[in-house]
Amino acid sequence: MSAFLALLRRDLRLAFAQGGSVGLVIGFFVIAATLFPLASGPERAELARVAPAVIWIGALLATLLSLDRLFQADLEDGGLDLLLLGGAPASVVVLAKCLAHWLSTGLPLVLVSPLLGLLLGLEPVGILMLVKTLLLGTPTLSLIGAVGAGLTVGVRRAGILIAVLILPLYVPVLIFGAGAVDLATLGLDTGPSLALLGAVLLVSLPVGTLGAAAALRLAVL
Amino acid sequence: MLATSDLGIIRGERAVFSGIELTVGPGEAVVLRGPNGAGKSTLLRLLAGLLSPTVGRVTWDGASIADDREAHGRRLRYAGHGDALKLALTAFDNLAFWARFEGTPVDAVDAALDRFGLGALGPLPAGVLSAGQKRRLGLARLALARRPLWLLDEPTVSLDAASVEVLAGLIWDHRAVGGMVVVATHDGLALPNARTFVLEKAA
Repeated sequence: MSAFLALLRRDLRLAFAQGGSVGLVIGFFVIAATLFPLASGPERAELARVAPAVIWIGALLATLLSLDRLFQADLEDGGLDLLLLGGAPASVVVLAKCLAHWLSTGLPLVLVSPLLGLLLGLEPVGILMLVKTLLLGTPTLSLIGAVGAGLTVGVRRAGILIAVLILPLYVPVLIFGAGAVDLATLGLDTGPSLALLGAVLLVSLPVGTLGAAAALRLAVL
Repeated sequence: MLATSDLGIIRGERAVFSGIELTVGPGEAVVLRGPNGAGKSTLLRLLAGLLSPTVGRVTWDGASIADDREAHGRRLRYAGHGDALKLALTAFDNLAFWARFEGTPVDAVDAALDRFGLGALGPLPAGVLSAGQKRRLGLARLALARRPLWLLDEPTVSLDAASVEVLAGLIWDHRAVGGMVVVATHDGLALPNARTFVLEKAA
């Protein structure tokens, strides 16, 4: 437990420190989402219709952007060896890093998303659902992404490789997440979509931590 | 006691070494020597449990370390080529993180810094330190809570003569209370009564 908290605290401090990734990720998210109205024209009804998809894809890409450093930085400075030798199971190391990644990437995206919803003309009920689905979906993005980051740690140009490996696995989250926002704006039942998002999160929790832990063990070889 | 029996490893379709028989008992120091590429770092990583041998095994008090890697991790300190420092954090916080991560008292950090003459640099970000100072900060982890086995990979790189002395003293104190050391080194780290273990470059 002390290992988990110590690593969580350190990674959060690094993420929010000068040169950390938090500001960059939010900046990317906002810019990516605001490019759409510039490209498609300011037609309000049209924008509101594509808003859930635009914001969700923006969130996926913003998450990907920060994933390649998840374990890479620790591999480069030699700290990864020590994290794995520290006496804590590798899955605890992965879980702490995933939680820190979500708190410094996913959660800020959730907090900024209502602003982007407003910007793209999403109705209040849609904005509320957007926040709910991102809250349920972004932890999954960090967990699944950790497997990709673990598998590509030590590989040059890992960022693009992670994108190719991981983006297809993000499809269920994208479908249920953006779909639920659509359903909410149409006044339809969103229960099943949210339940499925939750189910994906519950599955990715063990799969992501154990998968990434196994990948890291291979990486330090 | 750390022991290997008939240890061998193949990496990238090349046998790095084979038939390694090495024992390290309490208070003993073993200096690994051999040309570049002979497998000194590989052997240290095998002893740490970071690598798995192709043949043979590494044992601690008779039990294979592969049975419980976490327990083995808790009984050793490994210092590899990297200093494992986060440049955005202060020197103190870098060490304090490892103390907390291992669940040992943070009080030991100041003494560890002082031991390597880094006491005054504690509040500075690790990023402003020189290469030698970073190395000393990385090695100061050795002076945190005691662990019986030290595995050091070229610890004297970029250290000045005075710091090499400090390191030698630290190793001596460690051995005096029954600690074990395996160190790969090319140059003048003088360890009294150390055994030398030579790795030949594989053909």
